[in-house]
Amino acid sequence: MRRRLPRRLRLGIGVLLCGLAAVSVGPLLLPDPQAILDPRGAGLLPPLARVFVIKLADGTVLAGKALRRSGDKVLLWRAESWLELPSSQVRELGQRVFLAGSDALGRDVAARLASAGRISLAVGFLSLALAVLLGTLVGLVSGLGPSLLDRALMALVDATLALPLLFVLLAASAFLRPQTATVVLLLGLSSWMGVARLVRGQTLAVRERPWFLAAQGLGLPPWRLAAFHVLPHVATPLLQDATLRLGDLILLEASLSFLGFGVPPPVPSWGNMAAEGFEVWRLAWWLPVLPGLAVALVVLAFALVAEGLGELARGEA
Amino acid sequence: MTARLFRRLFASLLVVWAVASATFFLASLAPGDLATKLADPRIPPAARERLREHYGLHRPLGQRYLAWLSGVVTGNLGDSFLYRRPVTQVLAQALPNTALLASVGLGLELVLGVVLGLVQVRRPHGFWDRVLSAFSLIAYAVPTFLVAAGLLWLFAYRWPVFPASHMTGLTAPADFWTTLADRARHLALPAITVGVTGCGAVARYLRGALLDEQAQAYILGALARGASRRRVLLLHALPNAALPLLTVLGLSLPFLVSGTLVIEVLFSWPGMGQVFYSAVTARDIPLIQAATILVTAAVVAGNWLADAAYALADPRIRR
Repeated sequence: MRRRLPRRLRLGIGVLLCGLAAVSVGPLLLPDPQAILDPRGAGLLPPLARVFVIKLADGTVLAGKALRRSGDKVLLWRAESWLELPSSQVRELGQRVFLAGSDALGRDVAARLASAGRISLAVGFLSLALAVLLGTLVGLVSGLGPSLLDRALMALVDATLALPLLFVLLAASAFLRPQTATVVLLLGLSSWMGVARLVRGQTLAVRERPWFLAAQGLGLPPWRLAAFHVLPHVATPLLQDATLRLGDLILLEASLSFLGFGVPPPVPSWGNMAAEGFEVWRLAWWLPVLPGLAVALVVLAFALVAEGLGELARGEA
Repeated sequence: MTARLFRRLFASLLVVWAVASATFFLASLAPGDLATKLADPRIPPAARERLREHYGLHRPLGQRYLAWLSGVVTGNLGDSFLYRRPVTQVLAQALPNTALLASVGLGLELVLGVVLGLVQVRRPHGFWDRVLSAFSLIAYAVPTFLVAAGLLWLFAYRWPVFPASHMTGLTAPADFWTTLADRARHLALPAITVGVTGCGAVARYLRGALLDEQAQAYILGALARGASRRRVLLLHALPNAALPLLTVLGLSLPFLVSGTLVIEVLFSWPGMGQVFYSAVTARDIPLIQAATILVTAAVVAGNWLADAAYALADPRIRR
């Protein structure tokens, strides 16, 4: 009989696949996320707004909400007035739709959201990889090593878990150069503790099993015990934990970038887009809201997948 | 248990010391020392040397560290560049404001979370359980700034019931009651943001704990003696399920403090988070160091207190 995956798992995976498709294909189809298109004519346009774009002979690009022709003149409704341009100066005429609106500089928000998604997801995955690697290592050493080392490591884990993360990250980033790599490093180095605790717990449980004792009795070196006799049994809970943690990391990166200490602009990330948008939320609600929704959707999807994996592991499917 | 608490107290002190030292060494590693930051680049090198001497920057790192550490212990953490006052004064002004926001927010979070949890277990897997489960999952996933943006749009813009930022109004309040009302109106939106972002975790925890409790024999016994479902839920199951909430809250304290940082910045609430944020933006090193130490100490102490309170309240673990 074919078992169906839990509904939450299917929903979460579905949302994530759509998200991945959007951030991988989006930047190829959408305009350049950094391209500034006439701030006065195309700034702060709501989602699905259409603009007329005129390229002049000298290379300047103008945008406006309406276009009219009269004789040998072209009239463009730009910055609340008609702009008259002689036809001889106009080189190209075009139209453009802003799927998710435009920001104050006239940049395409949809394109920025998609390319920010790449950054935010990449930062999340890389820092997760760092955290899982470090945490697994510490957890294995703690679970298999001498008890004094175990107690020292766990005291360290308890202590660091009690730190107000955002404060520590902010304090650290005050002394370091703002860089995407720094953010990955800081996030990874500050979230391995939970992984370590989980791996240690599982390791201690495995240590009591007869087959583990047998393997130990054969005189296998510790690294072989860890890699082939403990890790396979840790993998399932670790996967579930990592999924949830990835959501946490993406949220944290968003908060950090929102405060201006994460991914530095002009590289867009969901957090710094929301920060730029928050300054004009009365004029353009979509600027803070859409990046926020993107974060929420991805984090929700990871949480759903984690819950679904938990159900699957407990056999509740 | 007492030995455990003492051990944890020792570990906590160690953590605060480690964080304090980390801020010191990170700051001394960072390019440009106090004198280059303080002094105008146009002043003569001789005067700059005098300034370095005044701040003790010519001494070796180890000596400076010991002097700084004794300053930390005695509460002398230097002057803030930004505010041109002792950092202890700046922080003493900000701390009560954060305490107010955090405690009201936490209270709201608890009330909301407990109510949600109770409604959910009245009929597990029923309609409301599903809806509220989804709600608490969403409350966890939505970033703080989005909640704040939504509340601002609704209650400060669409229906301007509450002020959008700051802690006090512009006019000098006449008497105690108007002051109180003014403070409460300014507190509303930030505190609701704290409550809404945190209540999901409380509800999720309480739902699980209540379901576990309800499977216990004493619940069946109470029902058999004729107690109503409501009475059993509120008076028998809830107190037992709510006790471990102390630990959950203790562990969530770092998140609460991190959350208030964003919220204070968003609502211009003059608390620790706001002061810390402006200190980091201006690279006000003494203030960053002092605030980090203070917040760490507060969180670690809160954690320890939650542990101690739990041990006091639950005789089973008071060994």
